[in-house]
Amino acid sequence: MEEELTRESICQHENLVYSRTSLMTPKALSYCPGCGHGTAHRLIMEVIEEMNLQSQTIGVAPVGCSVLAYDFLDIDMQQAAHGRAPAVATGIKRLLPDKFVFTYQGDGDLAAIGTGETIHACNRGENICIFFVNNGIYGMTGGQMAPTTLPNMKTATSPYGRDVVTMGYPLKITEMVAMLPGTCFVTRQSVHTPANVRKTKKAIQKAVQCQLDKKGLSFVEIVSNCNSGWKMTPLESNKWMEENMFPVFPLGDIKVPKS
Amino acid sequence: MEDIKLMKGNEAIAEGVIRAGCDGYFGYPITPQSEVLEYLMMARTEERTGMVVLQAESEIASIHMVYGGAACGKRVMTSSSSPGISLMQEGISFMAGTELPCLLLNVVRGGPGLGTIQPSQSDYFQAVKGGGHGDYKLIVLAPASVQEMYDFAKLGFDLAFKYRIQVMVLSDGAIGQMMEKVVLDEQIPRQTNEEIIKNYPWVTSGKTPDRERNIITSLDLDPVKQEKINIHLQEKFKKITENEVRFETLMCDDAEYLFVAYGSSARVCQKAIQLGRDKGLKVGLLRPITLFPFPYDEVARLAKQVKGILCVEMSAGQMIEDVRLGVNGVVKVGHFGRLGGIIPAPDEVLNVMEEIFIRENNYGRRTN
Ligand SMILES: Cc1ncc(C[n+]2csc(CCOP(=O)(O)OP(=O)(O)O)c2C)c(N)n1
Repeated sequence: MEEELTRESICQHENLVYSRTSLMTPKALSYCPGCGHGTAHRLIMEVIEEMNLQSQTIGVAPVGCSVLAYDFLDIDMQQAAHGRAPAVATGIKRLLPDKFVFTYQGDGDLAAIGTGETIHACNRGENICIFFVNNGIYGMTGGQMAPTTLPNMKTATSPYGRDVVTMGYPLKITEMVAMLPGTCFVTRQSVHTPANVRKTKKAIQKAVQCQLDKKGLSFVEIVSNCNSGWKMTPLESNKWMEENMFPVFPLGDIKVPKS
Repeated sequence: MEDIKLMKGNEAIAEGVIRAGCDGYFGYPITPQSEVLEYLMMARTEERTGMVVLQAESEIASIHMVYGGAACGKRVMTSSSSPGISLMQEGISFMAGTELPCLLLNVVRGGPGLGTIQPSQSDYFQAVKGGGHGDYKLIVLAPASVQEMYDFAKLGFDLAFKYRIQVMVLSDGAIGQMMEKVVLDEQIPRQTNEEIIKNYPWVTSGKTPDRERNIITSLDLDPVKQEKINIHLQEKFKKITENEVRFETLMCDDAEYLFVAYGSSARVCQKAIQLGRDKGLKVGLLRPITLFPFPYDEVARLAKQVKGILCVEMSAGQMIEDVRLGVNGVVKVGHFGRLGGIIPAPDEVLNVMEEIFIRENNYGRRTN
């Protein structure tokens, strides 16, 4: 007779195929179910863990949904004022050039209030990594228009849709920073399917390696959903993202590091 | 042998921070203080001590670079003049909330707005009463000589680390630009990363297995915890008030009439005292060196002794509010200020003192 499968017999160490990354704290994520921030956090922590960098890492959390990133990531972190993470990271890296330094920023933080700091950190070729989560909206403050909000997209502050004539166009800051000689690796990824998660992880690994090799600034955009802000279910939001965000923000490497 | 040099105020503080073991300077040019960044760049600090000097894209970026460095336990600073300091206020408030030590230099020019590049003292309220958002204080040091510009570099860093607070040197265009001789000290070595980790266990340096992760944040959404944080800050400011008041008195022992002035105005008053004493007038000077903490007790003590107090400021009257708090109605307090970048002349200042308090029939006419 075949042995009966029980919960206990399945939950054995040898059957384990997935577990919490040790660099994620036990604290439950504060993000809405379905949001990409959690996956992005995990991928960065996996890479830092696999590359054995915890004791070398100083992260900078932004103002936005990920303002409390330091609650979830088991690394030394600084919380920066809205938009100023690249300046804060510059201060850290210049004074501790052997540490691994990254910022984690949303689109409002990075491409609206912090545009100046972003462009100039990239232009100076600060040897840091910028992880940029673009969800096309201000998630934390309740779904207002972001610099990356799509034309005609409805948000709390563009209730009739983003009118590009009066409100401007979605800002492709990633393409902009790719033009600057100070950046070495610029890529746009997503975390909405397992295949994309794997690609994003590879991109993060490459970005980290660029910093270890002192090649300059690497910039990883992750196009993500904001199901709450977009007022959709997680599944709908991912479909909407594929159909509407990706044509404006196409995935793939924009600038690859010189070998 | 003593190391003595003839220097501008701005150069003196730049040399002072190098010798005080400063690790990093981040700043943006603005008159009348651009010599600080220029001097540091010229000095090849990377070679001399390993000090990092970076011209940032703005004062906003500068102060947040300072934030990043300070959170690593480094001795970091920025300098600017009035409009640039206004831009830094958010960052300064974040540093107050996270208790990050740093040195700030404001070489004040006349405002409001773009104002003028001439010296002024119209940023007293901003420096002493707040500036950015939230309940916080800076230690504010007011140099009245090029030597003090130099000395306050080390003093500023020492106080900043002693209390985990932001120290502002509140200078002005005259002190920044004028040349005087300066006695220089020996170079103090910069702290090593190991020393920093040992001395300041709160710094972000990379989490090691022997400790919890270090987090630098001013955010706590729980009002009960946020109140505790604020109470802790207030206790720190109280301790500073009790221990760090600094001032200087000149000819106060027999004074009947007292000038209260800081920085350039104090220099003008020193000369006015000479003129007054030559005429037989018993005039003296109280020069606050720390503007926060303010020497209220000394003001109160002298208020009981003198017949009149004249505040001399290159502003419409800002420090006078603190002087009045110290005087507490015991004696009349007058104000004399020149605005918009004009430095008052010593005879002008003495004349106002005489007009208000000394000449008959005019008693109290110009008090306010
Ligand atoms: C100086 C300042 N201005 C405005 C805010 C309010 N604010 C907090 S988060 C945020 C937008 C964040 O949006 P984004 O960067 O896109 O990140 P998300 O929340 O979508 O992850 C704003 C405007 C603030 N905290 N500070």
